[in-house]
Amino acid sequence: MTIWRLMRKEIAHRPGNFLLAVVAVTVAAGVVVTAVMALQAHGLATEQRLNRMRDEADQRLAAMEDDYRKYMKELGYNLLILPAAQDLTEFWTRGYAEHTMPQDHVAKLANSNTYTMRHLLPLVQQQVYWPQQKRTITLIGTRGEVPLAHRKPKEPMLLAVPEGEAVVGYQLARDLKLNPGGTINLLGRTFTVAKIVPERGSRDDSTIWIDLAAAQQLLDMPGRINAIEALKCFCAGAGVEKLRKEVASVLPDATVIVRQNEVTVRAKARARAKAEHEEALAAERANRKELRQSREMFAAVLSPSVIVGATVWIGLLAYGNVRQRAGEIAILRALGVRSARVFKLFLSRAVLIGLIGAGAGCVAGAGTGGWLAARLEPVLDPAGTLVVLPWTLLAGTIAAAPLLSAAASWAPSLLAARQNPADILASE
Amino acid sequence: MLDLRNITKTYPAADGPVHALDNVSIHVEPGSFTAVCGPSGCGKTTLLLTAGALLAPTAGEVVIDGRDVYALSPEQRAAFRASHIGFVFQQFHLISYLSVRDNIMAAALATDDPEAGQRADALIEELGLTDRAAHRPGELSTGQRQRTAMARALLNRPKLLLADEPTGNLDRDNAAIVLDHLAAFAAAGGAVLLVTHDPTAARRAHQFVHLDTGRLVPAEPTAAGA
Repeated sequence: MTIWRLMRKEIAHRPGNFLLAVVAVTVAAGVVVTAVMALQAHGLATEQRLNRMRDEADQRLAAMEDDYRKYMKELGYNLLILPAAQDLTEFWTRGYAEHTMPQDHVAKLANSNTYTMRHLLPLVQQQVYWPQQKRTITLIGTRGEVPLAHRKPKEPMLLAVPEGEAVVGYQLARDLKLNPGGTINLLGRTFTVAKIVPERGSRDDSTIWIDLAAAQQLLDMPGRINAIEALKCFCAGAGVEKLRKEVASVLPDATVIVRQNEVTVRAKARARAKAEHEEALAAERANRKELRQSREMFAAVLSPSVIVGATVWIGLLAYGNVRQRAGEIAILRALGVRSARVFKLFLSRAVLIGLIGAGAGCVAGAGTGGWLAARLEPVLDPAGTLVVLPWTLLAGTIAAAPLLSAAASWAPSLLAARQNPADILASE
Repeated sequence: MLDLRNITKTYPAADGPVHALDNVSIHVEPGSFTAVCGPSGCGKTTLLLTAGALLAPTAGEVVIDGRDVYALSPEQRAAFRASHIGFVFQQFHLISYLSVRDNIMAAALATDDPEAGQRADALIEELGLTDRAAHRPGELSTGQRQRTAMARALLNRPKLLLADEPTGNLDRDNAAIVLDHLAAFAAAGGAVLLVTHDPTAARRAHQFVHLDTGRLVPAEPTAAGA
């Protein structure tokens, strides 16, 4: 006969008491496991939710950025590099720079490591009187964009005008009834009309574009330009001050004008949208944190309550078991079984209850936790990371539950061990 | 073997102390069968429990096999009981959910003796319980229950057998079987102390002691001792 055999036989004889105690441990372990798993699911769902929001925002912002780039190109150049000597008040009145600078300035800029601007377009521009047509027009000579030395060539915003050809503004073409393929005589030279620019509603409508070299010759400005147009980069850190410093380091005799056009406004809106998105993310994070705290609070109250309840319940059941077995304990003690062994008999039973309850509690808790996670966190990607019972929790529960059960049964076991057999044997 | 020296046992009570035993001295030699008779409430069971190292006397000494048992620690006393004393009670005190064999083997919980199983089987056969070995106490007759209790008492080969009204619930035949086994135990060199109010049972003893209100009173000679 061993303690284990005696215990097994007793449990088989009185399964009710044993099962009720196992159920108590199962409930306590199950509640703890469920709470931990639900919180784990909350953490995973929060991570997934925030990642999803971040991805969506990144996609939206990337699309917006692409849109701005397109708008920017449609709206034209928004940077103007002028000779530093140019009086800007006069420039705004006149519409173009009186002063000139060497044409190779554009090459210097293109060969520098600038990243704050792109699409460099050197030009010479002047208002000229067109005697044949008895009107004043804007004449622009351009040679097309100069590629940046350190960047991949981009599709030019404006194509170069081939030598001997002219691109004519909308209003001018309309007034003079010009069509592509026709010819014009300008300041003594004949140009073929290559293209009529669609209506822009600006000075461009009364402008003629010709090859830069031809314009320099007609305007008697050989090797000179009076402006470089460019497109400001939207890259991070490409602020106006940075841009001006960069140009000044390459072209000390030049100044930069930034056109505050629609693109700039949109860029500001984009920055605002980004900031709002960050705020939304922060708010979501705060909401989730608050929700987690409330759930943690609930778990912090529920779990100990259930554990205390289970402990009391196990203790009462153990006490009932000791009372029920008083005669058995008395005869075992009379037969010479030591009190330490009687104590061990009852405590082993409690440990067994804890072990079985812990196993059942982990299984039940994992099931309930998974079900609860699906209910509370529907955002949780079912194909993604599964909420699993952490092995540390499993090990902790399997270690703690027998201890809890043993602690609850300690006093009744001690009572059994210290029971005076003579009291029982004399009374029966 | 058993020497009860001036044993007094007093229980406190609301209307003054109750003297369950009053200066009782009994000597039981190895190989002898002693009966203690007396009416209900005379202190027989108190005497038996005191002699069995289960109930410390208020005064006096209990010496078994040369050892003052109440000078031992409780754990030493338990071990001493396991190796020296066997008990048989009127109510059998069998464990209801264990079979006959397991009930007998319950005594081995105190000793962890690896040969206990063989002895249990031998006792089962000797006491005529072979066909009942796997049965539970609820499935046994009273005689079989007492024989099971007797086998349990004998499992650890005690030197002293203490029997408290072992025939009280038995018919004449079963009572005779139990008394035969007690006598046989004494004949084999063991010491038997039987407490009973059954004169028939008492007559099987070599020594007869009469107890009345906790005191020994002069007794008539027994049939066995005559």
